[in-house]
Amino acid sequence: MDQIGFLEPRTSVLSRRREIVADLVDLLPEGCLVHEPRELVPFETDAFVSYRRLPLAVALPETTQQVAAVLKYCHRYGVPVVPRGAGTSLSGGAIPQEDAVVVGLSKMSRILDVDFANRTATVQAGVTNLAISEAVSADGYFYAPDPSSQLACTIGGNIGMNSGGAHCLKYGVTTNNLLGVKLVLVDGTILDLGGKALDAGGLDLLGVICGGEGQLGIVTEATVRLIARPEGARPVLFGFDSSEEAGACVADVIAAGIIPVAIEFMDKPAIEICEAFAHAGYPMDVEALLIVEVEGSEAEMEAMLASIIAIAGRHGVKVVKESQSATEAALIWKGRKSAFGATGRIADYICMDGTVPLGQLPAVLRGTAEIVEKYGLRVANVFHAGDGNMHPLILFNANDPEDAAKAEAAGNEILKLCVDVGGCLTGEHGVGIEKRDLMRHQYSDADLAQQMAVRAAFDAQWLLNPSKVFPLEGRPA
Amino acid sequence: MTPIHEPLSEDAASRLVQVASLSKSPFVIRGGGTRSLHGTPDGADVLSARGLNGIVAYNPAEMTMTARAGTPLEVVEAALAEKRQMLAFEPNDLRGVLGSSGIPTIGGVFATNASGPRRLTAGAARDSLLGVRFVNGKGEIVKAGGRVMKNVTGLDLVKLLAGSHGSLALLTEVTFRLLPVPETSATIVVSDLNDAEAAAAMATAMSLPVEVSGAAHLPESVRGRFIGGALPPGAATVLRLEGLSASVTVRSEKLVSAMGRFGAVSRLEAEGTKRLWREIRDAAPYADGTPRPLWRVSVAPIAGQQLVAALRLETGVDAFYDWQGGLVWLRMESDPEAALLRRYVKAVGGGHATLLRARPEVLAATQAFQPQTEAILALQSRVKASFDPSGLFKSPMLGWEG
Ligand SMILES: Cc1cc2nc3c(=O)[nH]c(=O)nc-3n(C[C@H](O)[C@H](O)[C@@H](O)COP(=O)(O)OP(=O)(O)OC[C@H]3O[C@@H](n4cnc5c(N)ncnc54)[C@H](O)[C@@H]3O)c2cc1C
Ligand SMILES: Cc1cc2nc3c(=O)[nH]c(=O)nc-3n(C[C@H](O)[C@H](O)[C@H](O)COP(=O)(O)OP(=O)(O)OC[C@H]3O[C@@H](n4cnc5c(N)ncnc54)[C@H](O)[C@@H]3O)c2cc1C
Repeated sequence: MDQIGFLEPRTSVLSRRREIVADLVDLLPEGCLVHEPRELVPFETDAFVSYRRLPLAVALPETTQQVAAVLKYCHRYGVPVVPRGAGTSLSGGAIPQEDAVVVGLSKMSRILDVDFANRTATVQAGVTNLAISEAVSADGYFYAPDPSSQLACTIGGNIGMNSGGAHCLKYGVTTNNLLGVKLVLVDGTILDLGGKALDAGGLDLLGVICGGEGQLGIVTEATVRLIARPEGARPVLFGFDSSEEAGACVADVIAAGIIPVAIEFMDKPAIEICEAFAHAGYPMDVEALLIVEVEGSEAEMEAMLASIIAIAGRHGVKVVKESQSATEAALIWKGRKSAFGATGRIADYICMDGTVPLGQLPAVLRGTAEIVEKYGLRVANVFHAGDGNMHPLILFNANDPEDAAKAEAAGNEILKLCVDVGGCLTGEHGVGIEKRDLMRHQYSDADLAQQMAVRAAFDAQWLLNPSKVFPLEGRPA
Repeated sequence: MTPIHEPLSEDAASRLVQVASLSKSPFVIRGGGTRSLHGTPDGADVLSARGLNGIVAYNPAEMTMTARAGTPLEVVEAALAEKRQMLAFEPNDLRGVLGSSGIPTIGGVFATNASGPRRLTAGAARDSLLGVRFVNGKGEIVKAGGRVMKNVTGLDLVKLLAGSHGSLALLTEVTFRLLPVPETSATIVVSDLNDAEAAAAMATAMSLPVEVSGAAHLPESVRGRFIGGALPPGAATVLRLEGLSASVTVRSEKLVSAMGRFGAVSRLEAEGTKRLWREIRDAAPYADGTPRPLWRVSVAPIAGQQLVAALRLETGVDAFYDWQGGLVWLRMESDPEAALLRRYVKAVGGGHATLLRARPEVLAATQAFQPQTEAILALQSRVKASFDPSGLFKSPMLGWEG
């Protein structure tokens, strides 16, 4: 499968490879430049593994100054740069290209400041998402956005993709929890945007950096909001006879003005996969499952649960199962959060990420099933239902090119369906290369031209992550 | 009189801007024109959004609304109230303090990112804004974002337009998310703390799992001007709880017991709570009919009172605090003292200060918006040019220039 194109490598860059490598070795401390082809292999792709490209070199700077020096050099000589965190992108956002220097933030992984009075943490971009919550948990705080990949993915990558997670229904995604960044622009200029204050003056540049997919600059530090951990939290399982009923129940819960911390959805194939992996005690005799997490004091959780159970009752809920212990609760989440990994053990898959208005959930679930069936493939649905962010995992055999092409085609059809019902192509995984060529389905030429003009205001020569997000044809000269 | 253009449709607005871009005739964008401040630079016409009026779609079940930018805020809020929903970020009504009339528009609210007390926990206007349509400086009609809560498809232009103060484009339509109106609310009042003690008390309150949705400190100089003087004597540190009644009762007991060690604690019920937080939102004590300089300063929560303490040593100021201390409403006795204030904002760790009110001649001579570093200014003007290459839209935020 290799249908998504990359930009033609710049021969002017490829032909100078040796000089560039030598210059970068000089710019960086020892051990901070990877350039042996064999050692470059781990960087050739991300979690969108169907595509891979060996980069020219990989810089692993230890300081903001070093990031700036590398960018300044690459800018001067017209060398493309691909920023990289942990490389867990599902949309190919971190896949390099032959003429690019990858700038990896893995060595910048220190927590710089934890400030409980102001409820902020300032961390280097290579710190993992989970490390922030772990660093503050003993004091009763957490960092809210929790991508399932949180053990590995970095805050820099989270900012790059404006990542979400199961608990974002109540607390918002990365952009709602980000207060400031240190950013290196493509020419090496270092900017401090925002800080510990809730609002920054001037244009909201931070707002567009978040979700910028590595095209606007490299984030080296971030200041994020911490939240006091609730007194208690409890996931509850609701089993239904059909996906449509479960979807309709989600829409009704939200419409009733009830906003739990999380509402996650799994259909039968997903339940089977996750149960086999985590032994979480998911009910096996249902077609669809909701994991609803409520939090607060015992009384609050009871009150909210009672309202949700009443609504679920109107949708013919078959099983309601409360977790009885912290261990059980942890298993329920372990099963959910390892859904992608567990699926990967039984088949190759691609994961879609469209978001739809809640009222459309049942129809889109039906549509998804029809599309996948039409291609003769299988699908497992496991996703953030409370905010309409769907993740159909399309299962296929990567060794069979025809199968792979079918999976990609089915995925594209599903995403178009999401857009057509009033949703969008991607809710949290980003456009990367994966959805790049579908952008015209969601946006007009004027819409895209405006976005590209803003991109060019940050990076006039399109050196930063240049093969991503915007269709290759129709770009400004 | 400055000529006013009031297109009645997005298409008409687009044609108007296209024509103006050829002759390079500048505009100042206006919503309800509740701004009495900053005036209009010479030679610029007013481009009003008021003709773009009406709610386009309201979907209570999905908790989203789409409205044309010129729709009066009160029309939006009335429609929401019918379904017991609300804007989470509590937009301010600053007509009182600005001494201005006019009808605030929903577009103006997002264009100024106007956010009240709940900003502390529920986010600012920008966090509620899901999608926009706008006319850029070339007269092109552009859309960004959409109507779903989670959307990372392409660059987030929505955030850039929120708080852009008319500097990038004319917003024609906005789509935003809503929240249910809480069943009830209550305020825990801790009395007679000084500013530093209050900062500590508020930080403690925010560290508890009781979901405080508003934390303000009203020093003795302003306390009597809230809710008709009904707060207990001495400074009032106020903490708001909202939600289901059963839950508010439980949380309020916990909060009361935790606050006891800071000072005398009392409780304000739902009606008083509503009025109090509306008055905090609108900086009511400074709706004093005077043109005395009024600043809105945003710093780290703990730094708010440090800033005011430092200023007090050098000049006459009156202040109260929202956002756990991080939003300072600051009224100067006479001179705005911009240089002094900005020096101290920097000294306490940075943030920004906006001059909302002063005598016209003072306003004209003061940089009302926070000055930015050279590097950020350069980037801002490139971003401005990407929306408005010929510098058609004049805004005080970018210093009126192109
Ligand atoms: C940081 C901050 C600054 C504020 N500054 C002001 C201020 O300068 N003046 C003021 O009266 N109130 C200001 N407010 C208060 C509040 O935002 C306004 O009262 C508000 O609700 C304005 O609505 P309006 O329709 O009257 O807008 P207006 O007073 O007409 O306009 C306010 C600003 O928004 C821009 N604007 C309005 N409509 C649009 C649109 N459709 N598209 C693009 N831009 C638009 C204008 O160019 C102007 O810069 C401010 C609030 C905050 C939090
Ligand atoms: C099993 C699994 C589960 C997942 N679950 C979720 C989920 O629940 N929610 C979710 O939102 N995502 C999820 N993802 C996707 C992925 O983990 C996120 O997109 C994550 O934020 C990427 O972080 P990273 O550090 O791996 O970044 P990378 O993949 O290395 O990079 C991601 C993007 O950000 C850019 N970037 C990286 N670092 C920087 C920086 N310092 N400055 C500027 N740009 C930078 C890159 O150029 C690239 O465009 C999942 C992925 C996997 C494999």
